[in-house]
Amino acid sequence: MTRPNPEHSRSDDAGNGAVVASDVRNWPNLIFQKLREFGIRHVTYVPDSGHARLIELCQAAADMEPTVLTTEEEGIGILAGAWLGGERGVLLMQSSGVGNCINTLSLAKVCGFPLLMIVTMRGEWGEANPWQVPMGQTAASSLRLAGVIVYEVTDADAAAPTVEAAARIAFNGGQMVAVLLSQRMLGAKLFQEGR
Amino acid sequence: MKEQSTLPRRSAIARILAKRGDTLVVTGLGSPTYDCAAAGDHPLNFYLWGAMGSAVTVGLGLALAQPKRRVLVITGDGEMLMGLGALATVAVKRPNNLAIVVIDNERYGETGMQRTHTSAGVDLAGVALTCGFRQTATVRQPDELDDAVPLLYTAEGPVVLVLKVSSARDPLVLPPWDGALLKSRFRQAVVGTPIAGA
Repeated sequence: MTRPNPEHSRSDDAGNGAVVASDVRNWPNLIFQKLREFGIRHVTYVPDSGHARLIELCQAAADMEPTVLTTEEEGIGILAGAWLGGERGVLLMQSSGVGNCINTLSLAKVCGFPLLMIVTMRGEWGEANPWQVPMGQTAASSLRLAGVIVYEVTDADAAAPTVEAAARIAFNGGQMVAVLLSQRMLGAKLFQEGR
Repeated sequence: MKEQSTLPRRSAIARILAKRGDTLVVTGLGSPTYDCAAAGDHPLNFYLWGAMGSAVTVGLGLALAQPKRRVLVITGDGEMLMGLGALATVAVKRPNNLAIVVIDNERYGETGMQRTHTSAGVDLAGVALTCGFRQTATVRQPDELDDAVPLLYTAEGPVVLVLKVSSARDPLVLPPWDGALLKSRFRQAVVGTPIAGA
């Protein structure tokens, strides 16, 4: 269960159940809108609590094709195949999945496949679980070493504009791009019941 | 006692691809790529030269994006074992236009013919069936192949056909390995539009 960072916590509605645009927890809706604007159809993912809302939105979209993966690198192959067939997609994962992807990134790199990845961070800021820290601390560097353009987002308001920038450079230029969503905006998992 | 396989891989793949029509073909790295190239280069062949374990997932993405086209993945036992989870992912998506051929010589052919897990009894058709593939079959002899080929092109997928082949080595036949070229010529042949702004 991902909790919002207390510094950013606000009411999530305007009193009538409508989500207001300025709410920091609205970022999944705004990213979803960007995915639609860019004609994303294939949404491949290993589930993550940080991505839970975005995944729900994509699952509910009749014109999107969600695919659950057993391991993150499957998404790189699926999105390459989808592109060969004329369609676009996105790969959603947690930072722990970045390490699983490294060799398979060579497929996108060598062939010039566009690859849009949105990564929710663990082990990066205020993490309680020490097992998440090694990959959380090396995800951005690992991606850059593998040739991926990395955009790091710490402010929820910047999430959707960053996804837009990433999608444009990925799909227009055949580039691998990862948007890393920081625990500073997601909040850290605290391992406490009922909180 | 295991039944001895006498199926020669290269002629088996040639017999399969002779019936391809406009099927979209994805090949796994190593000998399966050479076997398919030996049967004749084709713009609708996408050869993998690396990214081991990705042949099936590329085929899955293609099958989902082109549901009216038949997609055939041709890979080897070593490559398939590295991406075994992909069989579960395919089975859950159940694309009815995807077929997978695993050329199983029970060896890692590119690295010195070391034994793979299939030599110890791991049954890739059995794994696929248990995952939920609609059709699976294993062929060991040349005279069994003709009956199995329709599975690849007309049966409701997803399909896995395991070819238990002899471990004899064939001459290298190397297709293009420029990834950008392979990607662009394949996509243009399928979609028929320029890449920019697509």
